[in-house]
Formats: sequence, C-alpha cells, structure tokens
Amino acid sequence: MINIYEVNETNKMVEQENLDVRTITMGISLLDCIDSDLDVCLEKIYKKITTSAKDLVKTGEDIAKEFGVPIVNKRISLTPIALVGGAACRTTEDFARIAKVLDKAAHEVGVNFIGGYSAMVSKGMTPADELLIRSIPLALSCTERVCSSVNVGSTRCGINMDAVKLMGEIIRETAEYTKESDSLGCAKLVVFCNAPDDNPFMAGAFHGVTEADRIINVGVSGPGVVKTALEKVRGENFEVLCETIKKTAFKVTRVGQLVAKEASRRLGVPFGIVDLSLAPTPAIGDSVADILCEIGLEHAGAPGTTAALALLNDQVKKGGVMASSYVGGLSGAFIPVSEDQGMIDAVTAGALTLEKLEAMTCVCSVGLDMIAIPGDTKATTISGIIADEMAIGMVNQKTTAVRLIPVVGKGVGETVEFGGLLGYAPIMPVNPFGCDAFVNRGGRIPAPIHSFKN
Amino acid sequence: MKKTIITVVGHDTVGIIAKVCTYLAENNINILDISQTIVQEYFNMMMIVDRSNSEKHFATVAEELEALGKEIGVVIKCQREEIFAQMHRI
Repeated sequence: MINIYEVNETNKMVEQENLDVRTITMGISLLDCIDSDLDVCLEKIYKKITTSAKDLVKTGEDIAKEFGVPIVNKRISLTPIALVGGAACRTTEDFARIAKVLDKAAHEVGVNFIGGYSAMVSKGMTPADELLIRSIPLALSCTERVCSSVNVGSTRCGINMDAVKLMGEIIRETAEYTKESDSLGCAKLVVFCNAPDDNPFMAGAFHGVTEADRIINVGVSGPGVVKTALEKVRGENFEVLCETIKKTAFKVTRVGQLVAKEASRRLGVPFGIVDLSLAPTPAIGDSVADILCEIGLEHAGAPGTTAALALLNDQVKKGGVMASSYVGGLSGAFIPVSEDQGMIDAVTAGALTLEKLEAMTCVCSVGLDMIAIPGDTKATTISGIIADEMAIGMVNQKTTAVRLIPVVGKGVGETVEFGGLLGYAPIMPVNPFGCDAFVNRGGRIPAPIHSFKN
Repeated sequence: MKKTIITVVGHDTVGIIAKVCTYLAENNINILDISQTIVQEYFNMMMIVDRSNSEKHFATVAEELEALGKEIGVVIKCQREEIFAQMHRI
C-alpha cells in the first residue's frame, strides 16, 4: 500500500516544485468540414469544434481536482487549415475568416489556444498552401487564441527554400501587423522541419492527416521536479546524475499517462500520446536552464551546455518511455528563451547567444524558440536562420522549429513583455552579415542521402 | 473499492484526528489505514479511505474536508489513490 512518504513526495512535487500537466490537447479532424462554399465550411467547422470539445475544459478541471494535480491548459489542435479551406478560400481574407471562426470557437469552449492554422509544404506549395501562408499576418492580428505553424522541410523531402524565403517575409509582416502588442503575433507562429502530427504543445500543435477523427494528447511538465531531485545528488558522478533524472522523468510522465487515460475515458475520445517534454514556464523554479546549472554550469550557454542538455534530453526520454504506453509529439527538453527565467538570466548575463542556442537545438526537442530579435532584422536574415535550423532537423532526423519575434521598434538591450505563459525576453543580437543571395536562389534543398532507406 | 488518500498537514492541536474521523464516519467513508508523524511540531497525517459506500460526490467530500481543515487550522487534501500508485509503483 502507498505510504506517507510517497504521498508527501508527490504532493511536494505539486506544491513546491511546479509539477503539473501542461496541457490536455484535443485533436479534431476537420476533413469532413471541407466544402466549396465558404459559409457552409465555416458553419461546419464551428459546429464540429464546439460539439467535440464542449466538455474538454470541465473534464480537465474535474480531473485536476480529483488527483490534486494542476492541469494548466486545455487546448485544441486541428487539421491543417490549408487543407480544410483550400476548396473554399480564394483570397487571404477568406482564410482569415476561418481564423476568426476558430477564435470564436476557442472562446466558446474555453480553451486558451487553438492550433492548426497551418500548411504542410516541405516539398512544395499548392495555391491554397501559399494563400494560407500569406494570410497568416492578417489571421494572427485579428484573432487572439489562434496559433499557426508551417512545415517547410523534412528528412524525407528536403527543405522547401521557396517557403523558407516566404516565411522570413511573413514573420516580418506578422511582427508589423501586431506591432502595437510588441509583435506578439510572431509568438503564435512556428516554422517546422519534421513537424509531428500529434504534438499537444502550442504554438506548433496541429492534428495531422494520419490521425483519427478525434484524439486526446497530453503534455507533461516538471523542470522544477528534476531540478529539486538533482539538488540531492550534487557532486555525484554521471551515472548517479542520469539515474536520478530518469527516475524523476518516469514519475512525472506517469502523471501524464494517468491524466491522459482518464480524460480519454471521460470524454469518450481515444487516447493518442503523452508528450514527455520538459516544458518550462516563467515561474521561478520551473526552468530548464536551472537544471543545466544544477548539472554543473554557471549559466546556460557556458561550455558544456550542449553536452548537459544532450544527457538531460536522453534521460528524460529513457525514463518517460517506460512510464507511458504511447509516447509522441516533441518529447524532449524545451529551451524557449522568454518562457524560462533561467534562460532570460543567461541571455542578460551574456552567457547565451543565438549561435549557442542553435547548437543546443541539435540535441533537444524543438529549436530556436521564443527568441526576441531586433525589429529591423532583414527578412532574408530570418530566412537564413530558419534554413539553418531546418537543416539541423533534416540531417538529424528530428523535429526542429523556429519561433522568432522581430520586435518592431525595439533593438538589442531592450526588453519585450508578452505576459502570462509567454513571459518576457531581452532582445538578442543577430549576426549582421547578409545571406540574401543564398535565400533568393529559389527552389528546394534535396533530401539528404540517409533519407533513402527503402 | 474507491480508494482515496486524505492528507492533513498543519500545526498540531487537540482533536484533529477526531474531527476528521467524525466527518468520515458521518459520511460512511471507511478508513483502511492511518499513518501519522509530527515533524518539527507540524502534524502530518495520511489516511487511506474507501468511499465506495458514501453517497456524496468526490468534489463535495473534498470541498467539505477542505472547509473542515480551515476550521481546525490545518490543510486537508483529498486525492484519488491512483495518482500515487501510478507514480510510485511500476
């Protein structure tokens, strides 16, 4: 039987170390909402979302109460809208109308983000894909909760450099459209390589076409729990260190598995995956950077950071896979700058640069995440940064992503405040040398040799 | 069996267990196990109870126990056993 020490350990994790279930995300397929008449399409979309997810928030709250574990977010991911709206939308304004309906549906069911305003263009763009991408600045400026993502590359297909070039411009334009709110629109826009179909985390969540009609995916978190566990093994060797992370990751993931199964049962929606990510928040003690410091670095970004992050990421996976029957999504350590107090401190101290962050993305999940850069950064430079990050994903057969925020009207040394889970960030310098000729070549980068596995 | 874990933490005072047990008895909730320690004058108790014969909904029991805790000056939490079993047992 469970003993008092185990009960106290669990409750301490929740009360003092920020253990929580970061999100229950319901994936909803909108493929059956496709219609050549936009009004009909909009009506079907609204109805499908509001009926499918009507009990999502309430169920999440009930489960949180009964288990005594906070479930921070309830969210929805959708079939990439480029596919859903392609038959009906003729202009960017048409696509933005869909975004507004998604926003309205999100408000109606009470979720704080709705993802899937997306296009999958790793090899090429259909006219609908391109139209959706061009509508992103408008869509993100006239909605509050809609999140957008574009997959521009994969290990199997290579990198669509036309889309990379376009996304550099779109990110600039989104920043411009939302300049009154410190270019907040860009915080809801992710560029991917090898985007997973079942990611529950925003802003990059969408419901892939390989998925069932509806699905429940859960993302767990707990950087604070790992950090506290590591405090007890200071000075011990790597074997002890890794073992400690693994055991902790197991415990954290079990909570996610339990919540996912329970939510799935109550909602009558199949359980998809648990995403094992260590997702930080701006709250003190909920930081991935602090774990790196606990492993032995003065600041995230110091020499040794990439190795420390690599082992952390690997041990989280090793502990996590044992704890859940289905693991998926991004599963690894997230290193967003603005959402992690330790990362912010590292940037402010001058320990962490964009280049070091890029190196770190080779060994952990996701990529250059929530990084504020000067508002006058050229579109081609942004495209160049995207291309670099996509290349890392393509060659290493992993998901990589870019979520940069060129803050209009602000430069290096200034700070930008996004509020809530999105946090705040010091604006980081970008390499000033140009890459225009490279980005402007057009076409695509072929798939790497190791993609030919058949 | 609907196993539930009740934890009580706070300053030690006379009659904490009595009050919690009275509430449980009144609501037909059966106590399966109790462990209790005092750490630096802090009262720390865990109960494993079975509420399959209780007519009250989980949320109601949790709220009423929380209110009772406030009355006595301790924090009472009520959680389903699965969260602990999942985390600490393979």
